[in-house]
Amino acid sequence: MIRPGKMIKQVLGSLFKKPATTEYPFHKKTLDVPARFRGKLKFYPEKCIGCNQCVRDCPSNAIKIRKVADKVFEADIDLGKCIYCAQCVDSCPKRALEATCEFELASIDREKLKVTFRDNTKIAPTK
Amino acid sequence: MHKVVIPIGPQHPALKEPESFSVTLSGERILAFSARLGYNHRGIEKACEERTYLQDVYLTERICGICSHTHSTAFVQAVEEIAGLVIPERASYIRTIIGELERIHSHLLWLGVAGHEVGFDTLLMYTWRDREIVMDILAQVTGNRVNYGCNTIGGVRRDIDPSQTKDILKAIDTLEERTKYYIDIATKETTLIERLSGVGKLSKIDAVTLGAVGPTGRASAVDRDVRRDDPYAAYDKLKFKVVTDDHCDVYGRALVRVGELMESYKMLRQALKEMPEGPLTVKAPRKIPAGEATSRYEAPRGECFHYVKSNGTDKPERVKVRAPTLANVQTVAKMLEDGQLADLPIVIAAIDPCFSCTDRITLIKRSGSRGPAKRMSWEDLHTYSIDWYRKKGLDFTGLNEKLKKWI
Ligand code: SF4
Ligand code: SF4
Repeated sequence: MIRPGKMIKQVLGSLFKKPATTEYPFHKKTLDVPARFRGKLKFYPEKCIGCNQCVRDCPSNAIKIRKVADKVFEADIDLGKCIYCAQCVDSCPKRALEATCEFELASIDREKLKVTFRDNTKIAPTK
Repeated sequence: MHKVVIPIGPQHPALKEPESFSVTLSGERILAFSARLGYNHRGIEKACEERTYLQDVYLTERICGICSHTHSTAFVQAVEEIAGLVIPERASYIRTIIGELERIHSHLLWLGVAGHEVGFDTLLMYTWRDREIVMDILAQVTGNRVNYGCNTIGGVRRDIDPSQTKDILKAIDTLEERTKYYIDIATKETTLIERLSGVGKLSKIDAVTLGAVGPTGRASAVDRDVRRDDPYAAYDKLKFKVVTDDHCDVYGRALVRVGELMESYKMLRQALKEMPEGPLTVKAPRKIPAGEATSRYEAPRGECFHYVKSNGTDKPERVKVRAPTLANVQTVAKMLEDGQLADLPIVIAAIDPCFSCTDRITLIKRSGSRGPAKRMSWEDLHTYSIDWYRKKGLDFTGLNEKLKKWI
């Protein structure tokens, strides 16, 4: 039947339902981050061989691999530049990079977005 | 009655993206309408030339936030054609599935926006709530709600496993039921029918002359769809109907989009059932042999076109993108002829415009000078923009420091 107010039943019904939204950031537990989510990167220095394939394929120049000693490498990742595509993860032949589910990365200080991953057992921090 | 010319934009509360319209009015009646693009130029085509093919996949994906899969697929298809790569069948099915899921989220988004533009915000709330179902599925399958990062040259990066197939099928069932409800609303809710019927008329002949694409054209009975006419990915193996309508107005455009939703569900079911096992990628060379190719893709908004020219190196020589909105934006002037000012928002929204994706050029007019065009380097442009804002009293130097003090 053609008539106005077709949605009224649904609207009134919703009055007695739970809200569809989540009160982020107060209730974080209800947020499901999918397993394949591409969040902040993680670097495993012990696996890296310094082949620089990740650096070559990164679309936004966000990752740098630095050689600090023989066969010891550090990764500088600029989280502000990174577009979280995880191409570096795919490009790495040694699985030295991994995309984690961490996504709350906002900061008002650009310097804080530059993170260095290093193997502290092998070398004293350079900075 | 006096003629009044009203400028709308580039910054206007009713616009989601900066663009500039000029409307000539006589009372409430629209006499003429013109649009000026160019406020969102991001230099993506040029940036593509300076990156490798693999990096460009992610760059082209970011041309549009809504049809991200569209642009990356159109780009990789062109590159694959030049390189003579044939992607595995499973990869082509996955591309199709992500493409159709994207169409569903885009059309549900449009339905909400259209509701909002005519003051039917209830519709907006419910369609956007339901849209979350498909967004969650996309996030689950690809890892992200937008910018899926699913394509790579020579195939796809993510597989669809059996448990995800089950989830997708379940989501489709819910969405199909909801879409049936929206079709019921669209065909029976008098306020909606009265508000949208006869608004933004575009005859079939005008649609063809002006080159309307996608649902804008199909709602004017132009029976064209790249998925059927020039199949890519796995569309040649899927059975589907191209939805057309002869209302030729905004109401027709709404009916076409909800109709397409139903077709998408059907296609997804078939694709998920018939998707063969197999590898996801073929090995792609880093250096693409010299050549050129064009690629077409039926985006939710219409035909999206990419052109890629390679020169034998690992970076393209030229990339050209024509987003569907560029083909459709000309039709708006025709649709608004003799229309009412109050219909302007919904008529513009009815082509489902995406102006950022459309902008390929920016013209800087130097007042008073009519000499030859001037070439500006990147640094020149940078200084020019800073000076331009400074003259207007806006100084962004040291913004970070200033921000830190406030927060
Ligand atoms: S996730 Fe993408 S943008 Fe970020 S460092 Fe890796 S390749 Fe670069
Ligand atoms: S691709 Fe992997 S192994 Fe090579 S430099 Fe990068 S992190 Fe190290």
